[in-house]
Amino acid sequence: MATPAAVRIAERELLLYRRIWRENVIGAFVQPFLYLVGVGVGVGSLIDDGGDRAAILGETSYFAFYATALLATTTMFNTSQEALWPTMDGFRWSNAFRGMIGTPLEPRDLATAFLLTFGGRALVTSGGVACVLALFPSTRSLGLFGAVPAAVLCGLAFAMPIAAWTGSRDVDNTFPAILRFVVMPMFLFGGAFYPVEQLPRALEVIAWFTPLWHAIELCRGLVLGGVDTGSAVGHVSVLVSYIAAGWLACTIVFDRRLRP
Amino acid sequence: MPNRNLGPIFVTVTSMREGVITATGLVKSFGGLVAVGGIDFTVMPGEAFGFLGPNGAGKTSTMRMIGCVSPPTTGDLQLFGLDPRHDGRTIRARLGVVPQMDQLDNELTVVENLLIYARYFDISRREARSRATELLEFVQLSERANSKVEPLSGGQKRRVSIARSLINDPDVLILDEPTTGLDPQARHVLWDRLYQLKEEGRTLVLTTHYMDEAEQLCDRLVVMDGGRIVAEGSPQSLIATYATREVLELRFGRGRNADHVADAAEVGERVEELPDRLLVYTTDGEGSLATLRNRNIVPDSALVRRSSLEDVFLRLTGRTLVD
Ligand SMILES: Nc1ncnc2c1ncn2[C@@H]1O[C@H](COP(=O)(O)OP(=O)(O)OP(=O)(O)O)[C@@H](O)[C@H]1O
Ligand SMILES: [Mg+2]
Repeated sequence: MATPAAVRIAERELLLYRRIWRENVIGAFVQPFLYLVGVGVGVGSLIDDGGDRAAILGETSYFAFYATALLATTTMFNTSQEALWPTMDGFRWSNAFRGMIGTPLEPRDLATAFLLTFGGRALVTSGGVACVLALFPSTRSLGLFGAVPAAVLCGLAFAMPIAAWTGSRDVDNTFPAILRFVVMPMFLFGGAFYPVEQLPRALEVIAWFTPLWHAIELCRGLVLGGVDTGSAVGHVSVLVSYIAAGWLACTIVFDRRLRP
Repeated sequence: MPNRNLGPIFVTVTSMREGVITATGLVKSFGGLVAVGGIDFTVMPGEAFGFLGPNGAGKTSTMRMIGCVSPPTTGDLQLFGLDPRHDGRTIRARLGVVPQMDQLDNELTVVENLLIYARYFDISRREARSRATELLEFVQLSERANSKVEPLSGGQKRRVSIARSLINDPDVLILDEPTTGLDPQARHVLWDRLYQLKEEGRTLVLTTHYMDEAEQLCDRLVVMDGGRIVAEGSPQSLIATYATREVLELRFGRGRNADHVADAAEVGERVEELPDRLLVYTTDGEGSLATLRNRNIVPDSALVRRSSLEDVFLRLTGRTLVD
């Protein structure tokens, strides 16, 4: 009857989430919808009428190209923020995580529980985007069912390393910089708005190492078709490596933070 | 029920003779700073054991080592005959911890705090509900069960912390400054609850820098200063050893106390000079005062009181406990 420790920790998150689920779920639809109408439809019509589109995007409309990336980018933004301030609260402000390890739980259990809680949040976020994409014929595809788990991996690939960073901080003054100088550039240069081949070679190579590029390629390929098994496995492996490294960093950092 | 009934029998039997907690040469340092500088103590089952000391004495560092959330730098520590280095989980399952700073989930309600904490011990939800109800009654917070923790008063939060620490029916309760920052009435409510826990046979380990708290609650205590134990015993024996039966407090007014140290020394066993008063240690305070008056030495005010742990502390460290 023993329930795994990480699940019991996640139960706390569920209790907290029950208080905000309505806003959160509604937000998960509304935010990508606005982005999609604003950028996808607006900019899309401008580009799709232009001359060189076919040379760069092939058969894909700009709308579909951009919309599929939103699965990964929206999830990235949301879980990254979750891993910053709300996580800091448990370590520093309410000290709830400190209370936790006075029980049989260990810092490592908390790191594992983060896989569940951030994964859950990523599921809601990417599920919301997928529902919005299902509204439009060009992105309505069975591939959405594969793209949602891919986006969840993307969310965790950001949340876990960032949570380790958060756990090592005494104050939150670096948090906006994480969003501005780590997350935001990936959004701009990670292949959401145009294929990374359009970038100067050096930036393109850098993009290959970011989790976001792999997640976008994976989501886009699954929804619009055109990702072969070999590259899909490659993308998943990179994302899983980021998650594994993040988890490992969390176990070390949390132990130092909570058991000085 | 965790362990209370199921615990290995031999542990219970041996711990009747040996300590529930034994520390030998226990050291905790943070980088270059030595917070606990090699202490030895034994806590017997069912006793209320106190750590009395000023700010920075190393009380919290010691409590955290006992709570198995801070590995000792060197030295040996055992709880229930187990070593925290290897059996932390097992030991913590039998401990209740009330930390110096409340570590409650402010966003959750009072009862949710207890329920979720019970889950950390893998207590079933049904069992947790019934225990939570009982415990909230015990700390007299039943009517606040469904309010959030955030707006509660300091004393109420403290009581939530105590209720929460009891959710696993612990054998040993560790309380780090349970009443610091509370008003006198709230303190008395807490003392009453703690006294009841002690009567139930639970082992209490507590820290405080209030000597009245130590005198009220502790069967035995150690006085800590600068990471070391400077004295050990029951409150009465410490007072008997390090102080006299009575203390005569004399005030001669600003700047004139020092002039009378020699006079005071003649009528008592020992004199301590504080900025605002002289403390004359004597078996008979009234007698000493009368002798002084006969010699035409008349203080602005004089007060006779019984010796307390405060005097013990002053004697041992040359400093007052609460500054
Ligand atoms: N995590 C830590 N890192 C570095 N130094 C620490 C840490 N925890 C405690 N210390 C230092 O160790 C010393 C003892 O602190 P401790 O908190 O154990 O004292 P205390 O007796 O509980 O004091 P107080 O009455 O103020 O609670 C202090 O000098 C403190 O600054
Ligand atoms: Mg302390």
